Amino acid sequence: MKWLSWTTPGKLRSKGIIGMNRRNIRYIGRYNNRRLFPLVDDKLKTKLLAQQHGITSPALIGTVTTQFGVKHILDMLTGHAGFVIKPAKGSGGKGILVIEQSKDGAYVKPSGAALNLTDIERHVSNILSGLYSLGGSPDVAMIENLIHFDESLMAYTYEGVPDIRVIIFKGYPVMAMMRLSTAASDGKANLHQGAVGVGLDIATGTALRGVQFDRPCYAHPDTGHDLASLAVPDWKTLLLLAAGCYEMTGLGYLGTDMVLDRRHGPMLLELNARPGLAIQMTNGEGLRPRLDMIEAQPEDQSPAARVAFAQQHFARHSELVFPADMPTSTA
Amino acid sequence: MSRLPFYLIVGVLMLAGIAMSVQRHVQFEIPWVPGEQRKVWEIEALVNFNAQDGPVMVDMALPSHQAGFRVLTENTASSGYGLAFKADDFGRRAEWSIRDAAGSQQLYYSVQMLVSPDSQAPDLTPPPPLVDIVWERPYDTAANHIVERAWSRSADNYTFARELMLDMGGERQGENARLLLTQYELVPLTVRLLNHAGVNAREVSGLLLEDGRRRQSLTQWIQVFDESEEQWALFNPLSGEQGKPDNLLLWEAGGQAVLEVAGGTNSRVNFSMMTHSQPASAAVRNHISEDTLLNFSIHSLPLEEQALFQTILLIPIGALMVVFLRVLVGFKTSGTFMPVLIALAFIQTTLMTGLIGFLLVVAVGLVIRNYLSYLNLLLVARVSAVIITVIAIISIFSVVAYKLGLNAGLTITFFPMIILAWTIERMSILWEEEGPKEVLIQGGGSLVTAVLAYLAMNNPWVRHITFNFLGVQLILMALILLLGNYTGYRLLELRRFQPITDEEKSP
Repeated sequence: MKWLSWTTPGKLRSKGIIGMNRRNIRYIGRYNNRRLFPLVDDKLKTKLLAQQHGITSPALIGTVTTQFGVKHILDMLTGHAGFVIKPAKGSGGKGILVIEQSKDGAYVKPSGAALNLTDIERHVSNILSGLYSLGGSPDVAMIENLIHFDESLMAYTYEGVPDIRVIIFKGYPVMAMMRLSTAASDGKANLHQGAVGVGLDIATGTALRGVQFDRPCYAHPDTGHDLASLAVPDWKTLLLLAAGCYEMTGLGYLGTDMVLDRRHGPMLLELNARPGLAIQMTNGEGLRPRLDMIEAQPEDQSPAARVAFAQQHFARHSELVFPADMPTSTA
Repeated sequence: MSRLPFYLIVGVLMLAGIAMSVQRHVQFEIPWVPGEQRKVWEIEALVNFNAQDGPVMVDMALPSHQAGFRVLTENTASSGYGLAFKADDFGRRAEWSIRDAAGSQQLYYSVQMLVSPDSQAPDLTPPPPLVDIVWERPYDTAANHIVERAWSRSADNYTFARELMLDMGGERQGENARLLLTQYELVPLTVRLLNHAGVNAREVSGLLLEDGRRRQSLTQWIQVFDESEEQWALFNPLSGEQGKPDNLLLWEAGGQAVLEVAGGTNSRVNFSMMTHSQPASAAVRNHISEDTLLNFSIHSLPLEEQALFQTILLIPIGALMVVFLRVLVGFKTSGTFMPVLIALAFIQTTLMTGLIGFLLVVAVGLVIRNYLSYLNLLLVARVSAVIITVIAIISIFSVVAYKLGLNAGLTITFFPMIILAWTIERMSILWEEEGPKEVLIQGGGSLVTAVLAYLAMNNPWVRHITFNFLGVQLILMALILLLGNYTGYRLLELRRFQPITDEEKSP
């Protein structure tokens, strides 16, 4: 059935949907200087840059740059109960090793499987030789503090850490969604693999609508938790952090991936200079009207002013709750 | 940011392209569609030999007017050599001579042959009286035996020749034939046996014409004379079939040697050929205006390079197809221009063979690559291993296909092996990361793109237009630039984003 249902360009245009071609030419091509791409393609560079600009991100325990350095990894890891090892140039979550706790030389993954030091060293060595990087080029391994995920959102996810994608256009938060991993997506937050995408209201950080496999969805398929009650805490701080990435990178059309830490609040996980278009599906709305509105705004606004502008103009009501059930607006 | 310069460039390219094409159409009377004009074959013979530091004489047979073909123009290129054309009862010959030459030598001869079905063979020379054939001791009985056997089963010279050839070459080849073949080559032996039986026969050389072929050599045929009908008939010495195939040009039709080199070693002659259509009148006029500066075109290149360009000029068509399918339709392909290279291979292999061969190689390659991934190799080493695997697969398939009598299977070697290896590598990574569904989407997208590119590139009209009108390349360039500026929706996005527009109606 899905193959048979088509829409028309006219309908898409009236909804303000942006297609791949328009995104590539009109936004990425025009606002993202290719010279700046390495800043976001290399997670280590992004992280160091974020530290300079005062943007919170998971603390860096250390980096391993040479095979020789692999031998000294134990010195780096002692004193850290949980940590994450990731390749700086990896893509799509490849090569990320999460250790929840380490005790007496045993390193336990979230799944419960235990690794020993040799396993960790082999993993780091693989990262260095480029096993997970694009084109197999030599890479650098980063070791970060484990994110202690905010418990208020725990009920909405299955295994993986849900992240929040905010599209930042010329420094303005344009649209946001949360990606909840499911059993179907194998704990990964990839929408096309079956993760649930939840459109978020820019004004409040509450859920607008949920989508799985491009179809509306009202509760998490595995935990059964109602999506309507989902609200991101510390929403304004998160938007301010995301908006600050514009000054930090200079990229005009940017996808920021944020997570919520129990202790440190919203944090920047990584940046994407070519963010996908699925966010339009999860919000049930096209990006075009909002982008057009922002293009008409004057330059040189402060991040706080930009966030305030976005919260005022892009506010929406949830589609997950019927007006009769809703005593007051979540805003 | 003004788009004016962009549209200006596109406009200029478009106009220049159209103007160049119209100019060629008007000035050289090249038709817009192929096939309405007479076919002209351009054939180039390249003589190669090593001179031995002294005088050299090269004597080569030349084609003459004959049934089906007329000689339009001929040219030679041979710097420093003296040249004479001679004609006698046995045909025309070219004779190059030089006093002192050393090292590798190249002599070019090119001829334009007009295809004219009504052209008649020139009056054929009556055969010279036969000389007695003498056989050595063990061979005489074998020869007599074969001749008697064929004679008893035939009614005249032609049927005798057919029966004899079937006994010599085909499945009926017997012990006697095999004995004689240890001493003689098949074609001269057949002629010898025919002469032995008192039938006038001679060995001639012909060129099988196929568009765009390079480095071809002559094939051998046998002419048999029948006294009662007073004419020569042509036979295929391998099958005994009588009659001349339409695409056979007799290069040497007098029973003489094709190439004789005195003062040189290692001599050989290669042929390149291609066909194009033009009005017979323009074909004649063409060589007059050949040297003007305006006729700056690849048609002034040597034929071998022209045949190469015929393919090269098709690549933009394939590229346009890829741009169209990716930008307007939204197909996913593995490797941006991989489908064009696969389509080029399809042109050589024909579509069905190509598709089957491609799927076989990629499928087997994926299985082997799957094992390689367990070995945890570095990328370059892994891809190199896949390249060797692909070569092995192709070799095995070729041998198997040949053994099974599927000659079409041999064309599998036309596939670009490095590209296949990368395709397998990419598909395999895709399989690991995204699962088999995505492999099917991208692999299917690549194949559909390749097939569509093949259909466009193999279209006779497209081939005619791209090769004869270089201005079309500028038009293609303008079209691709325009497509590169397209910001509208892709066709498949109309399906992808359909749920958004659909929901309006539901509440």
